[in-house]
Amino acid sequence: MIAQEALASLSKSFEGKIEGKTEFRGETTCTIAASDLREIARFCRDELSFDYLLDITSIDNFGEEPRFEIAYELYSMALAAHLRLKLKVSEEVGAVDTVSDIWPTANWHEREIYDMMGIKFNDHPDLRRILMWDGYPFFPLRKEFPLEGLPSEMPDVAFTKVTPMEGGPFVTRPSIATSKDREPRARPPEL
Amino acid sequence: MSLPVRSIHLCLSVAGFRLRRKCALLLFAVPEILPAAYDSKIEGNVIFTRFDAALNWVRKNSLWPMPMGLACCAIELMATAASRFDIARFGAEVMRFSPRQCDVMIVAGTVTYKMALAVKRIYEQMPEPKWVIAMGACASTGGMYRSYAVLQGIDQLLPVDVYISGCPPRPEALLAGLMKLQEKISRERSFRNQKPELFEKIEEALI
Repeated sequence: MIAQEALASLSKSFEGKIEGKTEFRGETTCTIAASDLREIARFCRDELSFDYLLDITSIDNFGEEPRFEIAYELYSMALAAHLRLKLKVSEEVGAVDTVSDIWPTANWHEREIYDMMGIKFNDHPDLRRILMWDGYPFFPLRKEFPLEGLPSEMPDVAFTKVTPMEGGPFVTRPSIATSKDREPRARPPEL
Repeated sequence: MSLPVRSIHLCLSVAGFRLRRKCALLLFAVPEILPAAYDSKIEGNVIFTRFDAALNWVRKNSLWPMPMGLACCAIELMATAASRFDIARFGAEVMRFSPRQCDVMIVAGTVTYKMALAVKRIYEQMPEPKWVIAMGACASTGGMYRSYAVLQGIDQLLPVDVYISGCPPRPEALLAGLMKLQEKISRERSFRNQKPELFEKIEEALI
């Protein structure tokens, strides 16, 4: 089976369930509904030989509805082909089915998304924070969370303070200028 | 003027208490108010000095580091310990990976909030007397990491004795920092400050 056949087979088997299909530089992206994820993921692994889950990422489209987007990057060793599955999650639902039993590597990827973005994964075997500590009250990669952080107080666990950003490297300020001009080392201090 | 035997025993027991693993060293504590005097019978076997000076000399030349390597500074710390720079020249080559046997914690690298708790716990497990070296920009101030995840300087949690600039600092800079710490230790008056009653008692006994 070559990659085109596999992707055609995917479209045929899940006709109506694949909401959109785009191709860019030889990589195919399929948009699916969150409810169909496990079924399609299992088919991709078992029937189409997408045996390697490269990464799971999440996107915060703040201000849009549904707010969150999750992308699964699949790779097939046999076909040497990439496949990207994308689905959207609203803030009210805030949860997707886990694929950690289909690709075990998803375990920690999903924990990272939960930690940074606050999206939960149904039936995940071990859904704890992975980078921040247990009990940290915020989800740092959400758009409304400031880079300098928010103060938190957790007796015997941890604490955070707001980081001083003034004059820091790589700290840009919002304006219509280009990022090169917003970068502090490139601008005079009054800007 | 020779020292009364009773007071010599008292001084030796004080010395033995603090000299845990160090060399077998015969020490006589002489308060500053007494003039140094030599007895020809024991001259050559006895060193007259202030107790704090002897204690500091022992401490500063055998600083066992706790290598708290958290980021790239730890690579420079390893280089400092290796043959080219050889931290053993300053008596600090015995990197202990147990805090119970350490004298100085070298915080080498970026301290995240999550790791800060572990750093603090390890510091608290170290026995007194203990010192802290903040090695590099990150450990000193947070460095380039102006971020929600990074503690902006380990001095927000621990009392730091020496800050070393650099990103990361050269091994020479770490050695310079270690020598600064040795200077600082040699100026300490820990015996007088920590045990003032005992100090007075010895003084009385000697006078």
